[in-house]
Amino acid sequence: MIQVNKPGLYSTIQDAGRFGYRDKGVPISGAMDQFSAAYANALLRNEKSAAVMEITMMGPELVFDGPVRIAISGADMSPQINGKAIQNNEVYELKKEDVLSFGKLKGRIRAYLAVEGGFNTEQVMGSRSWYVPITEHSHLTTGYSLEIGKKPRANRKTKTKNLPSEFNFDQKELEVYKAPEFNLLTGKQKQQVLNGIFNVAKENNRMAYQLKQQILPHKYSILTSATLPGTVQFTPSGKLIILMKDAQTTGGYPRILQLTDKAIALLAQKRTGEEVRFSLIT
Amino acid sequence: MQRISLNTFTINFISRLLDKFKLEYRPYGDKALLIEWPRTVNEEVLNDILKFKNLIGKHLKGFELIPSYNSLALIARKPIDHKKLKAELKTLYKDNRVVNLVQRKLWHIPVCYDNSFGIDMEAFSLAKKMSVERIIELHTEPLYTIYCIGFLPGFMYLGGLNEALYQPRRTEPRLKIPQGSVGIGGKQTGVYPQESPGGWNIIGNSPVKVFNPENEDPCGVSVGDKIKFYPIDKATHELITIQVDAKIFHLETYELDDTSK
Repeated sequence: MIQVNKPGLYSTIQDAGRFGYRDKGVPISGAMDQFSAAYANALLRNEKSAAVMEITMMGPELVFDGPVRIAISGADMSPQINGKAIQNNEVYELKKEDVLSFGKLKGRIRAYLAVEGGFNTEQVMGSRSWYVPITEHSHLTTGYSLEIGKKPRANRKTKTKNLPSEFNFDQKELEVYKAPEFNLLTGKQKQQVLNGIFNVAKENNRMAYQLKQQILPHKYSILTSATLPGTVQFTPSGKLIILMKDAQTTGGYPRILQLTDKAIALLAQKRTGEEVRFSLIT
Repeated sequence: MQRISLNTFTINFISRLLDKFKLEYRPYGDKALLIEWPRTVNEEVLNDILKFKNLIGKHLKGFELIPSYNSLALIARKPIDHKKLKAELKTLYKDNRVVNLVQRKLWHIPVCYDNSFGIDMEAFSLAKKMSVERIIELHTEPLYTIYCIGFLPGFMYLGGLNEALYQPRRTEPRLKIPQGSVGIGGKQTGVYPQESPGGWNIIGNSPVKVFNPENEDPCGVSVGDKIKFYPIDKATHELITIQVDAKIFHLETYELDDTSK
């Protein structure tokens, strides 16, 4: 068991996602930066689908009640055990009454805390990812207690591919494919989208990241149709909205670009004001 | 005359079997493909989408299939070979001339149009110069078709609203609309499956939950199903609410025979 002393700014439980219900309007959810989450799990030889804690901007304070191994990946939020600094991407064993806390945020914005055996929160519709109204909770609150799952079988070979170090989280370029309505764009609009440097707007969360700059407006509308995490929607006023893991499953705005999984993870680690640009995969 | 009409009927029938729609196949990132039908809202297109969806479900594994108005998205968990998939789909669509039956259901959904729920009913009635009784009559008359489920888990985009009830969305959306609220927005009507923000004109409330994550089948309704609303009074609304909470309320559903198409 893990007791929540302080919840942090916005800490949620996420796994690989909730698949199979998009035709009923249920978003897939899951870790925003799936590569950092997977890496934290791999360090502990957890199942790939084990639930981790996604910590945003400001970390929680957690009290552990038994020996358990942990690992943290993603953003460096100056983690500490009983006030003593520890490192990201290392495995630590916590004892009864040890306190895990976080300090200053350095650079990126989402950290992933994995525990050996994964967080054993309620599984609803095939996933432990928190998303209201599918799950009761949207984020951690003070006094909440979290169960830990059974330890994974020993000696299981787990590949630790996709090291976060291979990721340059400071990179501006987001790799994209053309999405179904790309060709609705005029030459000028294509130029604006593909050559422009955009800043992340303050409207950014698990549902979507908006970009500050607008491009030329348009008058197209489409009949409501499927959308994906990583889809760049183009509103009539010229605003660009990049859908993320908790985004609705359908939409009526033209879909002009589609981010790769890696680009979604990179964007998920960007904060308000940071620069991004699209790099088209041809 | 008899013969001509028979021939016309036969031609129509055969053309329905053979004349398929011209489809567009568009890559959508590395793990999805979008199939598009002509841009129109009608039952024939929707039927064709659902038939193709069934066919794909039978022949190709590993895709989530998301139907909506004039499109069908195939979403995989791994990167797909778009060229190969497109060729497979084209063959599948062309070769399969058997009309396979699409399982469709009709759901009867109770709605209480009492003013305590229908907070915009009075304003709506004034704007439309139509009595509340007439509004209820027109709203409960059609068999609505579910063209899409999205926006919120279990939110049904319904087609078939009587033109006399078209009404623009409110200029100021509300931050909180209660679960079960029944509203009209533009040419659409629907039920809010959860409390959420929204700009529709609220005319009633349904005590049933078409989407409930606690159920083994969290969302019984599917794209292509039909919805019929029926009016209930406030006492019945209360009663059904209790029955829903106790999980003893069962929605009336009927299998729809699709051979008519």
